[in-house]
This record gives sequence, C-alpha cells and structure tokens, in this order.
Amino acid sequence: MRQFKAKILTNKKIAHEHYVLFFETPVFKEAVRPGQFFNIKINDSFEPFLRRPFGAYRIHGKKHGILYKVVGRTTEILSTKKKADILDILGPLGNGFDIKPFADYSPLSAVLVAGGHGVAPLAALAGKLRSRKVKVAVFIGSRSKKHVVCDKELGKLGAKVYIATDDGSKGYKGLVTDLLNRELSLMRRPLKTRIYACGPKPMLKATAKVAKKHNILCQVSLEEYMACGIGTCLGCAVQTRSGYKMVCKDGPVFDAEEIVW
Amino acid sequence: MVADYGTREMLKVKIGRLKLKNPVILASGTCGFGEETKGFFDLNNLGAIVTKTITPDRREGNPPPRIAEAPAGLLNSIGLDNDGLGDFMSKKIPFLKRLKVPIIVSIAADNTDGFVKMAEELSAAACVGAIEINLSCPNVIHRGTKFSLLAQDKKSTEKIILKLRKTTHKTLIAKLSPSVTDIKEIAKAVVSGGADAISLINTYPGMLVNINTRKPKLGNTSGGLSGPAIKPLALKCVFDVYNAVGIPVIGTGGITNAADAIEFILCGAGAVQIGTANFINPRAPIEILDGITKYLKGKKIKSVKHLTGKLKI
Repeated sequence: MRQFKAKILTNKKIAHEHYVLFFETPVFKEAVRPGQFFNIKINDSFEPFLRRPFGAYRIHGKKHGILYKVVGRTTEILSTKKKADILDILGPLGNGFDIKPFADYSPLSAVLVAGGHGVAPLAALAGKLRSRKVKVAVFIGSRSKKHVVCDKELGKLGAKVYIATDDGSKGYKGLVTDLLNRELSLMRRPLKTRIYACGPKPMLKATAKVAKKHNILCQVSLEEYMACGIGTCLGCAVQTRSGYKMVCKDGPVFDAEEIVW
Repeated sequence: MVADYGTREMLKVKIGRLKLKNPVILASGTCGFGEETKGFFDLNNLGAIVTKTITPDRREGNPPPRIAEAPAGLLNSIGLDNDGLGDFMSKKIPFLKRLKVPIIVSIAADNTDGFVKMAEELSAAACVGAIEINLSCPNVIHRGTKFSLLAQDKKSTEKIILKLRKTTHKTLIAKLSPSVTDIKEIAKAVVSGGADAISLINTYPGMLVNINTRKPKLGNTSGGLSGPAIKPLALKCVFDVYNAVGIPVIGTGGITNAADAIEFILCGAGAVQIGTANFINPRAPIEILDGITKYLKGKKIKSVKHLTGKLKI
C-alpha cells in the first residue's frame, strides 16, 4: 500500500452515466489483485472532504484504471477531471478475490455476477481468469440497456455474457439473480465452480442465497461508507459470523457464508 | 528528517511529567494502535501517539453505517469498537513498547471501577507515558451519570479523576466535550480532581439525514462531528479553558495543516492532536510538524513554548 500523486492519463465517458479513468501509478511490489481498490482524494478541497474508494478495473504495471458511475457530487467533480490533472491516491487496498483454487485444477469455470457498475472489479477478475484459461460466465444486472457496461469487452475476452435489465430493454427482464438461478439450474456444473459477485447489498444477498441453493462457493465484494481505507477509523464495519469486520482491511471480498445478511 | 540541535530544542514541550520532543500528537481513534499507520512515516518523529480508546472489556461497536461525510467534516458513530484491556496488554503493547515515542493510552468505561481497573493495569506498563481519560465520547452511555456525556457532569468528572489520581502516577489527561454550557466549569473540576492536562475537544454530537429513505445517515441515529467544520468551535474552547486554568491544554479539532495547529497554539494549546486529517492524508502529522518548524524559524521564535497563548487581543 502506498500514498502517491497520480497523473490522470484519460477520463472518458463510456456510457450513459459511466466513465473510465486511467492514471499513472508507481510499479507496486506486488501486482494489484482484482477486487482490491484505490482510496482517492479527488481534489485539495473540503468539498468533498473524504477520499472515495474505487475498485481496480484495469491493471497494468504503471497504469491503472477505474470505472465509475456519476452518482453524486464527488463522482460529478471527478467526471470533469482532465488529462494531466492530479489525484491523491492510497492503494492498492484490501484483499482481492481469492482465485487460488484455479491455480491447481483445470478445466474449471467461474461465474461472475455484477450489479450495475459492480461489474468493474469483475471485469478485472475476468481478465485474470481468462489468462489462466478458466471458463468464465458473467451475469450483468442493470436498470436498462443504456446502463449496461463492459458486456462487449467481456465477450471479447471469451466470457459467456448474460444480461438482465429491470425494464427488459436488453436481455432477461427482471433480477439478475433470478436469471442466475435459472441458468445454474440448466448448467451442467463442472467439478469446481465459484461465484464471484459485486454490486448493491440486496443483490449480493440474493446471489448468496442462489449460490447456497446450488451448493456453490461464493465470494462477494462489499461496499460500505468508508473514510481511511486502511483500518484505522473502523467506519466501514460489516456484521459477520465472527463479529464486525472492516470492509477496507478484512475485505472488501468476503465469503458469502461469513456475512450476516 | 533528522533535525539539528537547535531545531530539536525549539520543538520540545512538556505535558504534566511527560516530555515530548515536539507538540504534534496523533489523536485517539485516528491511528489505531500505531501499527496501522507506520507505513507512511516514522512514528518516532512525532510528539506522541494517543491510542484508540480501550475499555475494560471488548466492545462490538455500533451498527453500520458508522460514518457519513458532513460539510467539511466527518460524522461518526464507531461506538468505541475495541478488543478490551486484556487484548491491549497482550497484543498491542509489544508493538508500542518498541517505539521511541511516548504512548498515551485513551481509556473509557461505563463506571468508575472500570476506569480504576484500567489505570491500575496501565500503571504497570513502562511504555505508557500518559493516560487520556475519554469522558466525552458521544457514542456511549455512562452509568455513573444522568447526563448523556460524562464530561457534562462536573461532579462525576471530578470524582473519577480524583480516584484515578490516587490510582496512578502516570500523567493524566482529561478529554472533554464541547457540548456543555460552560466548558471552563468542567475544566476547573478536572483541575481540582488532580489531572495534569486537558485535551480539547472531542467531537460535537450531531446527525445527518437521507431525505430519500428518511433515515438517519448513521446506524446509531446520531454521532460525533469532527474535521475542519468544528475548528472555530474548538479554538474557542481552547482559548476559554487556557485562560481559566493553569494546567496545559492540548488542542484538537479540525487541524489539517500547520496554520491550523499554530492557531491552536496561539489560543493556548501546549500541544496539538491531529485526528480526522489522518483519514484524508496519513502524512498530515509530519507535514504539520514541518510547517510548525518552518514558521518558528521564519519568525525567529526560539521555542514553540513561547508561542503558547501568545494571542494578541
């Protein structure tokens, strides 16, 4: 984990409310793991006052990217940032997804379940898994067609992409977790499958339920209001079977079974 | 940065019997137990570290969300989430005692016996330089008083400090709440109880609401406000207390840079604590120390002690 000033390389609108921002980074001792995040101070002002956490979306040696949706004042300001503007970044932080089992067994498959812009860290994960020849299926849930992001790039990686939208303007009409349940019931499951999910908490809770029903191990990446990002403020608490844990330091990735939903 | 002799002498301050190599202290609850922040700079360059508040027994803390962003500030209701005194003695002390910086242990309890028990055990730990008595956390309820905060109850505050004074020879620092009618009255009670110094201020009780869900933004409904938003309020408390009592005042509340720290010193602070700023910039304390040093040199002030309370009115 480092604190560094990062020069913005690009900051492009890629969809209705979504942006991808690339910034320069030092070369980290260990490569950033999918699921890890950066805690970013977007300006020197007291507005916004705190840093904001963003999951790693693109991981290269001296260049990393985040994918964000404009949801409030901070991301609105971030969307106006230009090339060569400077961000103050803490990172990489957190544990990242556990993909160890895939190093030992093959062929295997992974099922990735994304809600909204929760697809960002999963896209990084998909890239890593595909480079290890792991079969990947991705379920993306969104409000409507214009809110679906990363589907094409995931397709290009060789992942099988399933889409669910609230209004049915693209793919399945309804909840992504219902689509997941339907497809898992149809799939002939390989020996070792894992589910990795990232998105809003109700969606993660539903994913955990589906995973349990199909007896598949499931990891979820959680979001919680956060200040320091390094485990000192104890702000981002999540209730687990062994008491409160911190999303920033103990997570953001947890075994779904561990969480008290 | 290795400072020369003159610089080292210039920065020295004393709080009670505790000698500090400079007046910059990490505030309780913003640096864990030191280990969490050690990667950003050498902790030994600081004046002191105040630990996260410990309680006699383990405390779960409050339900999430525990924090919310406020205008130029942070609202929190962590609720003294900590693993208790036993864990502190066995698991945190081993790291802390290797540091060459005074350790101030922040303590809280919901009754007097709890406070006394902790002071007894901490007295035996050589690396503990001082005890900061947290009488003012807005996120916990004390049994020894009818008030919502212990630090609002003059009599209980004095009684607890009297007991602690009889229990330990360690430097005792009382951390007070700004949420009182007259902070000078509480400060005087602390002095007659026998405290060596006063930390001002803890967070202001506050709340925020999400208008779409109509729910409070904090899981515990309300919490404590910190950060630049409370700086002018904190300065006033430090100024008032400095002029009312004869013991050192440690100023804290929204300090994010050296200028802020110097304002506190001018209003009467003998040392300053950096709190919420650590969450935004973990290197803030060391940058503030550098800034204070430059200011003193630039103004040809021989010692930071000569600056305390030197407000021109």
